[in-house]
Amino acid sequence: MRVLHRKALRELWHIRSQALAIILVIVSGVGVCVMSLSTYQSLLSTRDNYYQQYQFADLFSNIKRAPLSLVNRIAEIPGIATIEPRVIAQVNVEVPGFTDPITGLITSIPDNGMSKINRLHLVHGRLPDSRRDNEVVVGESFANAHQLKLADSIYAIINGRQRQLRIVGIALSPEHIYQIAPGALFPDYLRFGVMWMANTPLSTAYDMHGAFNDLVVHLHRNVNQQEVIDRLDDLLTRYGSLGAFGREDQLSNRFLKEEFQQLKMMAIMFPVIFLGVALFLLNIVVSRIIDSERDIIAVLKAFGYSNLAVFGHYLQIIMIVVALGIAGGIALGIWLGQGMMGIYAEYYSFPKLIYTPHINMLVGVALITLLAAGVATGRSVIRAATLPPAEAMQPQMPDKYRTTWLENLQRHISPPSKMIIRHLERKPVKSCLSILGLALACAIMMVGNFQQDAINLMIHAQFKLAQKQDIEITFNEPVAKKTLNSLRTLPGVFYVEGTRSVPVRLRFEQRSYRTSLQGLDPDRQLHAVLDTKLRSITMPENGLLVTEHLAKKLHFKQGDVVTLEFLEGARKVKQLPVTALSQQYLGVGIYMRLDNTNRLMAEGPAVNTALLSIDKKFSSEIYRRLREMPQIAGINLRQSVLDSFYDTIDRVILTFTFINALLGAVIAFGVVYNTVRMALSERARELASLRVLGYRQSEVAYILLGEMAILTLLSLPIGFIIGIGLCEVMIQGLASDLYRVPLVLSPFTFSLSALVVLLSAVLSALLVSRRLRQLDLVDVLKTRE
Amino acid sequence: MQQAIDPDQHPVFIAEGVTKVYNMGDVQVHALRGVDLTLYQGEFVVFLGASGSGKSTLLNILGGLDTATDGTVSYCGKDLTHANERELTDYRRHHVGFVFQFYNLIPSLTAKENVTVVTEIADDPMSAEQALDIVGLSDRVDHFPAQLSGGQQQRVAIARAIAKKPKVLLCDEPTGALDSKTGIVVLQALQQVNQQLGTTTAVITHNADIAEIADRVIFLADGRISEIKVNTERKQLSEVSW
Repeated sequence: MRVLHRKALRELWHIRSQALAIILVIVSGVGVCVMSLSTYQSLLSTRDNYYQQYQFADLFSNIKRAPLSLVNRIAEIPGIATIEPRVIAQVNVEVPGFTDPITGLITSIPDNGMSKINRLHLVHGRLPDSRRDNEVVVGESFANAHQLKLADSIYAIINGRQRQLRIVGIALSPEHIYQIAPGALFPDYLRFGVMWMANTPLSTAYDMHGAFNDLVVHLHRNVNQQEVIDRLDDLLTRYGSLGAFGREDQLSNRFLKEEFQQLKMMAIMFPVIFLGVALFLLNIVVSRIIDSERDIIAVLKAFGYSNLAVFGHYLQIIMIVVALGIAGGIALGIWLGQGMMGIYAEYYSFPKLIYTPHINMLVGVALITLLAAGVATGRSVIRAATLPPAEAMQPQMPDKYRTTWLENLQRHISPPSKMIIRHLERKPVKSCLSILGLALACAIMMVGNFQQDAINLMIHAQFKLAQKQDIEITFNEPVAKKTLNSLRTLPGVFYVEGTRSVPVRLRFEQRSYRTSLQGLDPDRQLHAVLDTKLRSITMPENGLLVTEHLAKKLHFKQGDVVTLEFLEGARKVKQLPVTALSQQYLGVGIYMRLDNTNRLMAEGPAVNTALLSIDKKFSSEIYRRLREMPQIAGINLRQSVLDSFYDTIDRVILTFTFINALLGAVIAFGVVYNTVRMALSERARELASLRVLGYRQSEVAYILLGEMAILTLLSLPIGFIIGIGLCEVMIQGLASDLYRVPLVLSPFTFSLSALVVLLSAVLSALLVSRRLRQLDLVDVLKTRE
Repeated sequence: MQQAIDPDQHPVFIAEGVTKVYNMGDVQVHALRGVDLTLYQGEFVVFLGASGSGKSTLLNILGGLDTATDGTVSYCGKDLTHANERELTDYRRHHVGFVFQFYNLIPSLTAKENVTVVTEIADDPMSAEQALDIVGLSDRVDHFPAQLSGGQQQRVAIARAIAKKPKVLLCDEPTGALDSKTGIVVLQALQQVNQQLGTTTAVITHNADIAEIADRVIFLADGRISEIKVNTERKQLSEVSW
């Protein structure tokens, strides 16, 4: 049997360029798979490890103000393991040299520094001393964004008084992995910072002595979370609790989960597509190689090799190719995965990065690939093994052709053109498979690229059509609508409108979602709510306008009555009809007329958010004046939202899709090159005959490449259709509360995908032309087919 | 060595000291070791010799499919030895017709179209119908190769070779894949072409009996011409015992 091994190796060497193309495709498929899955798994274990090691809380509750004496009663609630009362202050921060407004969130840590829950990971420095009232620890992302170092000073307006705070430590916290300012849509490390101070100085400064306004809880194992939440709310509601909630509603954790969900989606989607194409290609190539080896198989069997031996021989050739592809793919995937993890680690600021591609996953990917390769090629190999030798030894009759219907339309077609048409028509299955392979390559490129188009539309819809304000201001407390007049008098302010946002829980049947209700003025000009055709929706007289994504999530539709629990004030519970649905690409929202909101909240005309349109020349002056207003808790700038949005998208999605597009191009080339090479080996004899008859190289190339050109051109529209379908599937999988990617495909995406396929075709044509020149005329013609 | 020279005839090919060496890795294979040969217009020549004697190599060099390692070959006064790829292609395109043992028809084209492949690129071809008529296949013009017998396929190949009205027709074992009855039909076609059109015809064969229909029989052995026999009287195929 050793000679068969040698034959296998030599034959591989003989078809090395084709084998290499297939290996590259498998490397791409397996590489994407390993990259995605290992990144996903590593992120999960990194997060879980972080949560566990730093005691991430199970329950959270924001309260207006509760006495510390309540703590003992809370701790008695069955199921609670540990609690930690805290003071959280949302403040305006100033970093010397940075003019934009910054929102800060200062959380207290126990005076002894021994947090039992949500412990800090100190990157530099130490914890603040409770005996000093000016020591602060800042979050690493914020510190990095402003290049803050230990001993630097920043300024914060706490309870209306500006204080100088000295940085004594730089830290990370499991509850702020995803750092998002209240009212913002995306992380912006320049304009939102998390900080920590010792409990005593913060309580004193924030006027919370002997009290707390935030509570974190650790539960015992296997405790019914909802029961504990209900008991907590019973105790805390009268102290202005907004309702306790679990990890699933905690902002950072929720966004993290959403993003991981997207990652998981990509980690499954892309590899399935990639591997599918790779194996499809393998199938085509192997069946053609075996076809061309008929006589050799016959000889082997005539000499007494068994079916099994022949089967094993061809399987060996395939498995060598697949194994090389898997090995290369795993290496590439791990390399890319480490790179991706680096990006994520920086993005999420995890204290410790655990990049551990699970051996089970690697083995699984390898086995699935081998198995799929077996399935993809099995039929051809079995056919080869069971071929009766006598049949294979018969001189092969020329293929049967006939006049095609196309020729009846056009009678004066030259023989070379007839050869092209009839060959395509003679082998419809083969031609269709080639077209399908090329179409898949084109489709993969589209999936890799479409997101850029989608993102541009999102930006346009959200920031040009829906949110036209330059500045969004959040107040500490609801203020009377007429307070906005003081903003209108600021220099450079063109226009001001107010909205009222109330934290709510929306319930429909057994499902619920915690978010804010936005009370919008019917005459507003800056904040539009868009319908699915991107037209501004008029706010319904009664009832709610809800983001379509949320409706889908909670399974209700327009006209249904939902339950709205207000988590502020008197905590009313109302049944309200959903009178309209809106399409929003970013975030989720529930909207109502401002006057209705005020009425439900039993308050006069009040707002707690102001949207400003300003003259950019006055921006620094306006920011300065806004910072001085004590009732303002947060200031968001449109430009900064845009910047941070692009930043998010760039890092996470585009890196991922760039890699995919690159590997998609490899696949495109692999498919095209193999298709042309197969065509060449199948038609070498015919083409050599023509060369002997005096046809020039260019004339012979026309027959071969003309056929390829037709296949390629036919494949493009089909590729576009498949691509649109794949993009649609991707979109469904990527939809999250954070954002939904719309299906938009620009002419650029179509052209780029087509261009990659065409370039692959041209490159393959050049490579094959070289082979065509080297065609040994005598050799080809002397041998029987 | 005997070389019959008739001063009344025009030479088509003049080969002088032609050698051909193939480098197969470390081994050098001498396929031709100095062949001198002149072929004349209109003559029917048969090459005889054992496997590896150099018949095919010589024919390929004459046909512009291969080039000599040493020596010179000229066709109607033009040097083929130093012709480039493009010139050789043009030479094959306009002057030479080939017939091979395994027909090498294009399966996707009908008999007529297989001939048209050549007539379309030739300077002054006969019509495809006429060429097929000469080989006796007028009733098979629209058949595809798969619908023709081996002998019929070979006759289409001959029609394809002669349609351009080549000066020379080179046939490498044209009957090698055929039974004797079919072989005779094919040879008849070749003979007819030679006689009707005056095409210089060179046929390689293993079959010594066929030699009797030729003007000259050239024996090759070991890459050299070992003997040239001139048939003063060409036999008709019907007279040949097979």
